[in-house]
Amino acid sequence: MNDITNEQLEIQLLLEAIYIKYGYDFREYSLAHTKRRLEYRCGIEGIKNYAEMQHKVIHDANFFEQLLLDLSINVTEMFRDPWFYKKVRELVIPHLHTYPFLKIWHAGCSAGQEVYSMGIILHEESLKERAQVYATDFNESILEKAKKGIYPMDLIRQYSANYQAANGSASFSDYYTADYDHVIMKNVLKDKVLFTPHNLATDGAFGEMHVIFCRNVLIYFTRELQNRVFNLFYDSLIPGGFLCLGSKESLRFADIADKFELVSEPEKIYRKKRGR
Amino acid sequence: MSCNNIHYRAVVIGASAGGLAAVGAILAELKSTFCIPILLAQHISPHVESHLATHFAAKTALAVKEAEDKDPIKRGSLYIAPSNYHLLVGFDGCTALSIDPPVNYSRPSIDVLFESAADYFGNELIGIILSGANSDGAAGLKKIKQRGGLTVVQSLDSAEVKTMPQAAIEAANADHILSLKDIGHFLNTICEC
Repeated sequence: MNDITNEQLEIQLLLEAIYIKYGYDFREYSLAHTKRRLEYRCGIEGIKNYAEMQHKVIHDANFFEQLLLDLSINVTEMFRDPWFYKKVRELVIPHLHTYPFLKIWHAGCSAGQEVYSMGIILHEESLKERAQVYATDFNESILEKAKKGIYPMDLIRQYSANYQAANGSASFSDYYTADYDHVIMKNVLKDKVLFTPHNLATDGAFGEMHVIFCRNVLIYFTRELQNRVFNLFYDSLIPGGFLCLGSKESLRFADIADKFELVSEPEKIYRKKRGR
Repeated sequence: MSCNNIHYRAVVIGASAGGLAAVGAILAELKSTFCIPILLAQHISPHVESHLATHFAAKTALAVKEAEDKDPIKRGSLYIAPSNYHLLVGFDGCTALSIDPPVNYSRPSIDVLFESAADYFGNELIGIILSGANSDGAAGLKKIKQRGGLTVVQSLDSAEVKTMPQAAIEAANADHILSLKDIGHFLNTICEC
């Protein structure tokens, strides 16, 4: 047990060094996940232990940039869990039609697949022109990818299948331009989106959101950090605003759980209650 | 109630092709007094909702549930990795889910479960590899062995598909190679309440 404890200590010190030196806070990320990511980089670079990694992180900013990519959660797809998007169309969209102006926040948007999925729905539901969409991630190079909206062609087949399964009414190819082995998402899906850095671990609330999407991000956080983020979302939503989580995430550990109502359990769609 | 033998605190099971029947057969052998938690990574298509929990609940007295994020790992319970998510054991002793890229083309990956469980439970862990058509789990079983845990592999002649047990036997130099029936008996003798 002793060497495991020492290993944990070394990881904590590494994360502390990253926070002090670069301002990125992974100290309240779930340790089992973080360790896997770090092990992956150790294997590639032939680094023997986390103390050695700490030294390298402190003295080599390029190495840190690489590690930052390793530590971000960049796995997603367009219309991931198509049944979720079906439910959004069915239960959330009708409410959005009642507002003259809409604000939507994709928190932890990674490379933007979710932003474009929802962008397509807003476009098809004629809601896009009255929407302002915020797409945020702490990792600025991922955010840059999201902004460009360029994806490898070999992923498009899965994305198209997901889109159809989510009751898409057009052809998915209407929304991108193909260029050799990549596709680029059309500008009509980007012109209402502001891509901007935001760190859920350290930054504050956004105002007056009608919908917040944060899917498959919170599973990487400790309960304490999850709780902080749920409070952040609560403060950012208008009364009656919707919070959409990943299918395996829930508000069960949040101290503000009773200030939300569950709109749909399997899809983990919640709604901020009205009143005080 | 307390365990006669408190040495082992958890069992992890990895299974792929042919695993449904194999896991079912082991569960059927377990006495109702079996009390240490089991975590299962069974390969399953990422595009369907998993019905494994319902399937296995009918075969065992253990409390069966599809693992959620941050479930405290309790005695007498079977936790099943959801389809399209990795299942890990966190350093807080709770389950953790992730959508990190597939490992060995698999999500859930047996290696991911086994390696994280080995980190947390150390030598108080039993790892079991069952029938399957790839080599996922071999590295994980090896790590369990390195941490001093107990390693068990389904015997090749009893496995519906031998590739996975074969790979695990070669990688980890398993402590026990047993038929399904014997795995069940063995677990009963290791821990009884």
